[in-house]
Parts: sequence; C-alpha cells; structure tokens
Amino acid sequence: MIHVIAFYLFATLVVCSGALTILSRNPVHSVLWLILAFFNAAGLMILLGAEFIAMLLVIVYVGAVAVLFLFVVMMLDIDFAELRAGFVSYLPFGLLIALVLLAEIVLGIGLWSAGPIELAQRAGPVNPELSNIQAIGGLLYTRYIFLFEAAGIVLLVAMIGAIVLTHRARGGVRPQNIARQNQRRPQDATRNINQPVGQGVEL
Amino acid sequence: MTAFFQELGLPFEGAWLLSTIIGILLIALPVMLAVAMIIYADRKIWAAMALRRGPNVVGPFGLLQSFADGLKVFLQETIVPSAANKTLFLIAPIITFTVALMAWAVVPFQVGVVLADINVGLLYILAISSLGVYGVVLSGWASNSKYPFYSAIRASAQMISYEVSIGFILICVVLWAGSFNLTAIVESQKGYYGFLNGNGFNPLLFPMAIMFLISAMAETARAPFDLTEAESELVAGYQTEYSSMAFALFWLGEYANVILMCALNAVLFWGGYLPPFDWAPLYYVPGILWLFAKILFFFFVFSWVKATVPRYRYDQLMRLGWKIFLPTSLLFVFLVSGFLMLTRYGGAQ
Repeated sequence: MIHVIAFYLFATLVVCSGALTILSRNPVHSVLWLILAFFNAAGLMILLGAEFIAMLLVIVYVGAVAVLFLFVVMMLDIDFAELRAGFVSYLPFGLLIALVLLAEIVLGIGLWSAGPIELAQRAGPVNPELSNIQAIGGLLYTRYIFLFEAAGIVLLVAMIGAIVLTHRARGGVRPQNIARQNQRRPQDATRNINQPVGQGVEL
Repeated sequence: MTAFFQELGLPFEGAWLLSTIIGILLIALPVMLAVAMIIYADRKIWAAMALRRGPNVVGPFGLLQSFADGLKVFLQETIVPSAANKTLFLIAPIITFTVALMAWAVVPFQVGVVLADINVGLLYILAISSLGVYGVVLSGWASNSKYPFYSAIRASAQMISYEVSIGFILICVVLWAGSFNLTAIVESQKGYYGFLNGNGFNPLLFPMAIMFLISAMAETARAPFDLTEAESELVAGYQTEYSSMAFALFWLGEYANVILMCALNAVLFWGGYLPPFDWAPLYYVPGILWLFAKILFFFFVFSWVKATVPRYRYDQLMRLGWKIFLPTSLLFVFLVSGFLMLTRYGGAQ
C-alpha cells in the first residue's frame, strides 16, 4: 500500500517537474524543477531496490551537475524575449526528436517483452544475497574493467582538452607565491623603535 | 518500534508510519534543543577566549539566552525585499534547515538505535550534504542583491571543492570498514591494539581524521573558512536580506550542520557510540552518552578554532582544498586500499 502511494507520488512529481522544467519561463526555475525531477527519480530507484544508483543519482546529478547548471544560469544575463522567439521555428524539429524517442521507447519495451534478445540478462546472474554496491562493484571491476578504465581515460582526455583549449598565458598577472608568504616573519615587515618626542619617523 | 505498534493492533503500514514519525521527532527535537544550547556554549567559549563574559543575563548563567533570542526573532516581522524572487527567497532558509536535520536519520546513537539503518548510510550523508549548498545559492540569487549573490557564488565554489576531498576521506574509512553502513563502520573500530576504539588511532587513518575535521569546518563555512559571510567584505553574506524567522532558520540550520559534522567526526574516526577504551566497565555507560561527549569535544574544537584562527583569504582556501587536500586524500585512498590488498585481502595474486 505504502509502496503504491510512494510510487505514484514520485512518478507524478517526476512527470510534473519534468514538464515544468521546459515550461517555466525563468531558467533558474527550470533548473530547480530539474533538480526536483532528479530527486524524485532517485525515489523511484529506491522503490526498485536500487539504492546505490539512487544515492549516486543524487550525489552526481543533484550535488554536482545541477549545481554547475545553476551556477551558469544564475550568472547569465538572459533576455527572455529572445529566448522565446525561436519557439515556433524549432517546434517541428523538437516534435521530430520527441517522435523518435517515443518510437525507441516503444521498440525497446516491445523487444524486451518479446524476449529473444534478453536485454536484461546479458550480465549474467547476480547473487541475490549481495548488496547493490557489491554486485555492481564486482561486475564493474572484473568483467567490465577495461570499459570502465576506458571511460575514465575518455573523461581525462576531455578534461585535459578543455584545459588546453581555454588556458592562455596572460601577461600582467601577479600570482601568489605561497612559499614566500609562509616564510615571511613579523621581523621582516615591522620594526620596533623608541621614538623621541617631537621628531618624525625615518621611513 | 514498528513491532510495538503492531502489537497494539495497528496494521503494518500504520504502525510503520507512526513509529517513523515518532522516531523523527525523537531525533529532531533533541537536536533543536542541542542547537539552542550549543549556540550558547559557542558564545560562552568564544567570550572566554576573548576575556569577555558572554551571555550572562537571561536565566542562570545566561542559559536561557538562546531561547530569548528565539522568541525575539519569532516576534519580528519577516521582511521580503520588493526586488526579491519571493517564493525562492522564502524556500531557501527552509531548505537549509530541513537538509541539516535530514542527515541525522542515519546517525547511529547505539547498536540498532538509528532511524534508518540503510546499507548506503554514508552515501546518503554525502547526498544530503551536497543538497546543503542549494539553500545558500538560492538565498543569494533570490535576494536579488549584490553581496548575497557574491556570497552565494563563493559558498557554492567552496562547498563543492571541499566535498570532493571529503568524498575521498570517506572512501578511506569505507575501505577500512568494508561497509557503507554507519553502524557497521562504528563496530569495525573496536579494539585497535587490543584496547583502543576508533579509526583515529590507526596511523593510516589518523591524517584523514585531521583532514576531515578541517574539511568539515570548510563545508559548514565556519571560521576560519567563513568567507561566505565575511562581514568586512560582504555585509552578512547570503543572509544580508533576511530577517526574523527566515534568518533564524539559517542560523539553526548552520548550527545543526555543525553538530552533524561533529557527530560524523565521532562516528567515522573516534568510535561513535563506543567508549574510547575497549574496557568492559566502560560499556555500562550508555553509548549515546559517549557519542554526546565526543560531539561536545569536537564542538569545543570548532569554537576554539573560530575564536583563535584568523579568516583565510579566498585563494588560500581554494589552494588548501584543491592543491593540498585533494592530492593527499587521493594518496591515502591509494595507501589504504594498497595496505588492505596486501594484508586483509590475501596479497597480490
């Protein structure tokens, strides 16, 4: 009973906040609805018994990705009129993409239930006594270790690429020299003097 | 507790709901009381270190000061700036406050005395603490005012930076304990060298304990890392436009977060509800008292640092997070997992 209530609660909220993500006029509100959608999707994952995936969803998407979204969107100077101007011209293209996605979902579910491809069973049987983390870790670090590391290398390459593309040597900057700052002592910068009355200080 | 209500004749769902709500209240209300008292303690410690008296007028020794302050802000008017985004402006302090209380769900107070004994407890804490940044960012943005906005940007950069190294530190602990469940992590800390309880006595994890303490200060934006509310630069940071209860919710959430971080310090590195020495008579003291004593000790350390250490510069903060803590914690993940491979998991094959 409680599971059913929770499922419909989470599912409704995911759908509603997903819709509001694209419907709301303020981009910051959009990001916030997106975060709510992620959050409720995590709730659905928990209902499925995939608590590890749910936590990762919240940590990675809500905790990192959405913060960066929000960060960028908050700082943009957005012209709302210009944003809405292209709506009609992009509409056919958007509808096309939506249609393709719908077809893929129908095909995917149809093939899965039809059975010959056995999409869900390719990873081999998992011991039901293992917890999520152990099962995923066991697969990821044995059977799929090369794919996993390849994914890591792809990310590393992307990161280095972004740094190389955006990094430029600028003249006129004076970076902090932390070692020198740490070596500095009060005696280097100040001195105690016993100043006679009525005379100026020698600087 | 669910079983108790089921015996009273309730169906399972009703019993579960009732016991969960009672459990939440049993945790949230004492935490709020603790927050009120710990604000008083903070002010007293701070005053003592500055050779002042601190709050001493309301009630005996000023003990009721926090409650008087609470009453005062409760009676004040909530002012919403006309240019502010009203909904988000009011939601932001609620988020901060709620998130600060949510994480307590998985903190074990005794064997089995925990609201949600889930096997991804530590990940849950990471997830919840990563939500904490939203309250600050939203308040800064929704205020529609310069200094709160700067503060929000600083806060999000700071919290994300230190969450990375906190993540690696937690991984070291998880590797050692072999579990994400906080009760299992506490239990795994029994009997170092036969008589000490606590990961902190492990030479491989002791540096992690220190780094976690410092990262916790940065994560909760306590001094010396309180750049988000550096009053000489940003007025009062993201709280500038807030008044009355909205401001109080930020305040309470901040201190609830600080207590949570102290509790995590105790649970992850210093044995949680276990006594510090593995000696039978000490186990007669209820575990919650040990946990409470450890929380208070770490809170004293937090106040001590706040009273004595000058504020960091922003570039120093970022350098500490990214150039010192991140590589060091990564190195220790390597060392701990290497050590465990060599000893516990049967060496290289």
